[in-house]
Amino acid sequence: MTTKKQSAKPMNGAEALIRCLENFGVEYIWGLSGGAAIPIFDALVGSKIKLILVRHEQGASHMADGYARATGKPGVVLVTSGPGATNTVTGIMTAHMDSVPMIVLTGQTISSMLGKDAFQESDIFGITMPIVKHSYLVKNTNDIPRVIKEAFYITNTGRPGPVLIDLPKDVTSATFTGTTLDPEMDLPGYTVPSKGNKNDILKLAKMFKGAKKPLLLIGHGAVISRAGKAIMELAEKLKAPITNTLLGKGAFPETHPLSLGMLGMHGTAYANKAVISCDLICSIGSRWDDRINGNPSEFCIGAKKLHIDIDPAEMGKILQPDASAVGDARLIVEELIKHVEPLNTDEWLKELNYLKKQYPLKYSHEKGLTAQYVIDELFKVTKGKAIVTTDVGQHQMWAAQFYLTDQCDYWITSGGAGTMGFGFPAAIGAQFGKPKDMVVAIVGDGGFQMTLAELSTAAIHKLPVKVLIIDNKYLGMVRQWQELFFDNRLSGVDLEGNPDFVKLAEAYGVKGFHIGKVEEANAVLTEAVNYNAGPCVIHAEVIKEDNVFPMIPAGKSAYHMIIEPPKTKLEKPTGST
Amino acid sequence: MAKLSENATKRNIHTVSLVVANKPGVLVRIAQVFARRGFNIDSLVVSPTVDPKFSSMTITSRGDAATLDQIIKQSAKLIDVIHVSEHKPEEAMEVELALYKVKGKSVTKVSISKSIKSYQAQIIDIAQDSIIIQQIGSTEELDTLEAILKKYGLVEMVRTGKVVMARGKEST
Repeated sequence: MTTKKQSAKPMNGAEALIRCLENFGVEYIWGLSGGAAIPIFDALVGSKIKLILVRHEQGASHMADGYARATGKPGVVLVTSGPGATNTVTGIMTAHMDSVPMIVLTGQTISSMLGKDAFQESDIFGITMPIVKHSYLVKNTNDIPRVIKEAFYITNTGRPGPVLIDLPKDVTSATFTGTTLDPEMDLPGYTVPSKGNKNDILKLAKMFKGAKKPLLLIGHGAVISRAGKAIMELAEKLKAPITNTLLGKGAFPETHPLSLGMLGMHGTAYANKAVISCDLICSIGSRWDDRINGNPSEFCIGAKKLHIDIDPAEMGKILQPDASAVGDARLIVEELIKHVEPLNTDEWLKELNYLKKQYPLKYSHEKGLTAQYVIDELFKVTKGKAIVTTDVGQHQMWAAQFYLTDQCDYWITSGGAGTMGFGFPAAIGAQFGKPKDMVVAIVGDGGFQMTLAELSTAAIHKLPVKVLIIDNKYLGMVRQWQELFFDNRLSGVDLEGNPDFVKLAEAYGVKGFHIGKVEEANAVLTEAVNYNAGPCVIHAEVIKEDNVFPMIPAGKSAYHMIIEPPKTKLEKPTGST
Repeated sequence: MAKLSENATKRNIHTVSLVVANKPGVLVRIAQVFARRGFNIDSLVVSPTVDPKFSSMTITSRGDAATLDQIIKQSAKLIDVIHVSEHKPEEAMEVELALYKVKGKSVTKVSISKSIKSYQAQIIDIAQDSIIIQQIGSTEELDTLEAILKKYGLVEMVRTGKVVMARGKEST
């Protein structure tokens, strides 16, 4: 395709598109073909971009997401019109909720048929409008290079987010007659806050003065801006303890003595107790979401609230901060360090260390094999060095609690959206992006069955992804709620009839392992972790009726945390989910 | 004017003006920001600006101030939105235009034409048994005339919604 003779031939829109993607350093495209996208797939023949053919478009979107979170580079998805496009909606929403850079290219029916209910026509531009950072419906072939350039700029600057580009088939088929593949962008309304206002940062610094019980709360923004080193310096200078959100895992090492681990609904007891008694809380790249605050009017009462975020719309959305700075978390923290003085926190740290000993995360072998134990063993066997992706539910919370994360980009989970079926394809994407790292997907039996068709994708590419299925034969988190708040009236949670996951893996040519007893866990996990000939599935059959604790019922503040299994009936939660 | 402002605050009415890039979908994106947060748009005016690359929008909407603050911030975040601001009546000129169709005999027409004079209104069409009146003024002035015309047999009414321009050095 790249011989001189052919490159002298005029390009069509699709060829110009692929050339632009190559120029942006795109390594992979995850996609599934279809009529309206054929010109684009055709242009990929001979390109240095590797096309990864998936089995369902949702899988493609989560793979691009996992790749983006593992590498910091935007993931690219290519699908056809109609159902091909709508199958990516869950993946786009997931990326939008968690601020992940992603570019979704959708084929579209020819321009003259738009709005006429053509075969496989869907208004994907309209459908996805509320869940994208920005989107385009390209009308002119010559606009393609500008649109691609803008999309790459928008998706991964400021607060990242997905960009969708809808490409009618006639637009990609027509001859490109533009003069350049690197045109000027036309984005007069888009500005990216960077280092933050100096006065705002000085105000933040002033707030720290005299604080006796400071608490740093770090979120996904800290991970995205690679603020880890700066946060470490700030925490050690202030001698302030740190708690992280689910998506903030890794921005500050959870094994560090100043770390209290995750806070919130299923966070550690000591992190939540710190939230109750702190006199200052400074959020770095978190959005005080409802998993964290429970009830904004009872959150950190009496404490000064400081907020650092790149998105000005986060200021005052949930909580009114006492001081705030808008900009890149790393740059703001680096400046903030210069203006703060060490605090006297000895008493505070002593109190928290006591709480850590008093209320550790725990589990027992009393009833048999638990998910917590399997995850804890995985942490030990992998020495905490694996990139972990998860699905959504009980296993996700246990993974967050027991698989401590020490580095940015080593924890990939669907936080805001809570998308089941995310973990496995995200692990595939992460493995493509980080071929030298060990990638483990910790998934539930429910979520895994939503996207397991991608076993083919993993097998074909011999990716050494490890899938640990925590199988309790229930949609466990909902079962937990029904047990605790709905008189154990189980409804729509029983996954009776789960397949034999080892045999299922083998049917795809994937290695299968099984853990059924406590004594087996260590040996099987060790073997699986060292199996690198291709993907493997580790089927862990755990006790069916176990609950995640601590737990703060939805809509309640940390004051209402349940640490031990309750013996009395609980009120129905007032929060949404 | 101060009195009007107080009135507007009481009813939680807000006037928001936006400058947007002339790109497809921008109106829908903005409408979604309002709708998602439970704000009904009472009136919406889109018009060209001096620079043909941009359009101006004036939106009148009802709701609490905290939610409006979010709406403004979320609208400002949209890639195609250049500028958003809320306008207090004392800081901006706010004007609306209305057309009224009133049915009635010639006697009525004469008395209408007398009574509308003090409302910056004029008759712009006279048919056999109806007239069309045009009025330009503040929302409150339009409300007042509307109430008066109802007594004479108002059968149809259409209002443009507010257009707003910041006073003096400020740009809208």
